[in-house]
Amino acid sequence: MTDASLPEPRHARSLRDVDARTNRRNRAEARFRAYGIAAVSIGLVFLVVLLGAILINGVGAFQQTFVNVPVYLDPAKLDKNGERNIEDIKKVSTFGYNPLVENALLETVQASGADTELDSAAEMKKLLSASAAAQIRDTVIANPELIGQTVEFRLLAASRVDGYLKGRVKREDVTRDKNIDVAHLDLTDKLHDAGVITKGFNLAFITGADASESRPEQAGLGVSMLGSFFMMLVVLGLSLPIGVAASIYLEEFAPQNRFTDLIEVNISNLAAVPSIVFGILGLAAFIQFAHLPQSAPLVGGLTLTLMTLPTIVISTRASLKSVPPSIRDAALGVGASKMQAVFHHVLPMAMPGILTGTIIGLAQALGETAPLLLIGMVGYIATNAPDGLASGFLDPNSAMPAQIFEWAKRADPAYYERAWGGIIILLVFLMTMNIIAIILRRRFERRW
Amino acid sequence: MPATWIVLLVLALAVTGYVLGRSRALKSAGGDSRNLHSLPRYYGAHVLLMTLVPALGALALWVILQPLIVDNAISAGLPDSAIPEASTRGLVMSDVRRVADGLDLAVSEGTISAEDAASLRPEFNNIRDRLGEVGVALGSDVSAPVLKAAQEYRRASSTASLLMTITVLAIALLGFGYALSRTNGEFRARNVVESGIKALLVAAASIAILTTLGIVLSLIFNTLEFFKLYPAWDFFFGTTWSPSFGGGSELGILPLLWGTFYISLIALAVAVPIGLFSAVYLSEYAPRRIRSIAKPLLEVLAGIPTIVYGLFALLTVGPLLLKVFGDGGLDWMQAGTAVMTAGLVMGIMLIPFVSSLSDDIINAVPQAMRDGSYGLGATKSETVRQVILPAALPGIVGAILLAASRAIGETMIVVLGAGAAARLSMNPFDAMTTVTAKIVSQLTGDADFASPEALVAFALGMTLFVITLGLNVFALYIVRKYREQYE
Repeated sequence: MTDASLPEPRHARSLRDVDARTNRRNRAEARFRAYGIAAVSIGLVFLVVLLGAILINGVGAFQQTFVNVPVYLDPAKLDKNGERNIEDIKKVSTFGYNPLVENALLETVQASGADTELDSAAEMKKLLSASAAAQIRDTVIANPELIGQTVEFRLLAASRVDGYLKGRVKREDVTRDKNIDVAHLDLTDKLHDAGVITKGFNLAFITGADASESRPEQAGLGVSMLGSFFMMLVVLGLSLPIGVAASIYLEEFAPQNRFTDLIEVNISNLAAVPSIVFGILGLAAFIQFAHLPQSAPLVGGLTLTLMTLPTIVISTRASLKSVPPSIRDAALGVGASKMQAVFHHVLPMAMPGILTGTIIGLAQALGETAPLLLIGMVGYIATNAPDGLASGFLDPNSAMPAQIFEWAKRADPAYYERAWGGIIILLVFLMTMNIIAIILRRRFERRW
Repeated sequence: MPATWIVLLVLALAVTGYVLGRSRALKSAGGDSRNLHSLPRYYGAHVLLMTLVPALGALALWVILQPLIVDNAISAGLPDSAIPEASTRGLVMSDVRRVADGLDLAVSEGTISAEDAASLRPEFNNIRDRLGEVGVALGSDVSAPVLKAAQEYRRASSTASLLMTITVLAIALLGFGYALSRTNGEFRARNVVESGIKALLVAAASIAILTTLGIVLSLIFNTLEFFKLYPAWDFFFGTTWSPSFGGGSELGILPLLWGTFYISLIALAVAVPIGLFSAVYLSEYAPRRIRSIAKPLLEVLAGIPTIVYGLFALLTVGPLLLKVFGDGGLDWMQAGTAVMTAGLVMGIMLIPFVSSLSDDIINAVPQAMRDGSYGLGATKSETVRQVILPAALPGIVGAILLAASRAIGETMIVVLGAGAAARLSMNPFDAMTTVTAKIVSQLTGDADFASPEALVAFALGMTLFVITLGLNVFALYIVRKYREQYE
């Protein structure tokens, strides 16, 4: 070997001046990092936009426009015999109340000093919801002694008037609208200034029933909330015991054999089956085969139970697994049977984890819509609140997400506002459940 | 006697059994529980279980089977002449059931007396009007055989109910008596109770198998029924989807599969890059604080119900896209509901799904591989790209497949956001529809599954089930195999 064969020594450079290649690598590094930040930010921006859209579009549903009208409950019209017999009073249909409403409205408009192009009271009545007469009739039937007096009513305004005051209905939109004219909007403005038309908190939206297609101002989520509630009772009552029992068997007792493997494979696959397939199962098994009533919360609950079970089993098994074996060994060591060790020691210690999993499973079930569409929990108007347990489980009802879907399908944009508002309520429920689950986990979770 | 009462009676008997069994065992041991084989409460629980479980099991079985048996018996008794043209036995039977239910209701409301209901004759009484009074609407007048069948139906049902009451109570009493007679100090109550409880646990675990079985059976039977009415070849290879309940429908699945596939593709095109980069950033770059805030926030997206995304697609994203790509803008889009709308929104929904699965997988790559790469002088991004991602690739592919299966099975977003027209088109701004959306539209509110237009939903469901199951099994296989590699 000679010195001549040595490569020429590389030109020594300071480490401080960075060569082009390093520069490129550093730039690539920065770029890559920026992509990551961008991806996370895009995700978060989506979240913000989604929540923002819900809030902006939905808050309106919690406000409602009312028309304050003193109505003279004319005995000559409402109770012709003058005996205050409740049967007689019930005979007067809502048509009988219409003249009262019209007169009252006319007088109110005149008293407020608002001049209007609308000449007849029948025209002015378009400011009111079609439910106004029924609202008065219900009050009168509940309190027959009011007949003969002048009572101040807070009547629902028509949805167009409501939309106008909330900015949803624009003046230029109403020219082709057969429900309302610009003159009505002028009068609305004047009455609003005079304090006859006011906006207030819309309690009926939270507690009320769904209304027909033409009366969005009257629609509420209350009845379908009850439907969801009864469904959740079924889901909780079935999926918690069955899920926990199944997990205890699989985690603590099951021998390693084909049967156990079969169950495990089934559970992990069921967790990933699309929810609509569970709807098909519910339709075929509970309605087609067992002839349970359609649209009943019981059927919805059963279907959702099958859907929720895998979730609960998976989380319960995880929390059973996290209880250290020393607990079991100690129990067995002092003479407990295997069953006693599990039920007296392991299960209570795993309980917080099980409850957390159950709440999250319930929250999932509460928001699920697709299976409910198949078992008929949409497509009709849930007007009657169930009276009692049996009717709560068996009478046709809707559920919160199904009701929201129903509203989203209706043509009137006023229903879109209701749908967004319904989503706010649904999300409040889900958020509460998840927060309870998180608190439970934080408070009771033990690290071994 | 209604089932609720039977359940309450059996429960009461069981509770009595608990008390009696416990005290009987104690008495046989002379009041000293140390002389017993098991703790006294096990003797009580033994009687309780023996009373409750067989009786309630029998009740459940009976309640499920009774309508089937009664139905079959009555249906077989219906003369062929009672079935009008263009109708089927099933439709007539549903009439029969409705009349029978109506009569029950009328009797319970007192508008028809019980004897009348059993002996009514259509020639003299207008059944339809009288049932209408109690709120049972019938489509047509009740024919004599239908009324007769309905009355027989009621008679058979009430006999069966009586039989059920007797049988269930007898079983409960038998169990009660047998358990109580076995109760004495020598009896190994704990072992018996524990094996009983274990049997219940096994039964609970078997529900998973029953559910799968139920899904498969209900899909297969109705699908076979469908293929009897409509050729399978035309279903799988037909390129037109135009159901019409009047008949003459064309029910080709290809346009629906194409719509499903196209929407899922767009969804994955949105979710995979964003989800993957988020996962890489959060697991490799982000400081602990940012990770602890951003990760749960991203996961909120996964907890939002799909109906919310559906509404978001229909009312926010659709109109927004229409403004840009629609009439006033580029003019590619006719309406707010389109493949793009549904795909974008579904992509948002899937971001946390992809990111948290990939996060887990990236975290499972051993630290030694990173350290080795850094030791050779690689930058972080080079390590990620050339070491971590290749090592995690199988797992990430599995995660993407799972996300794809979610996208294919997603319903609400496409029902609200994708439109209703089934077409084979390449334009992502066209309205298209998917398998799930068509299942919903073919089945909503339908109770009689006699026409191919309704039954096709089961064939669609079967296809969907097979595709998603295949994807899941494959994905889980890949993920599991990958996990073993580093354990």
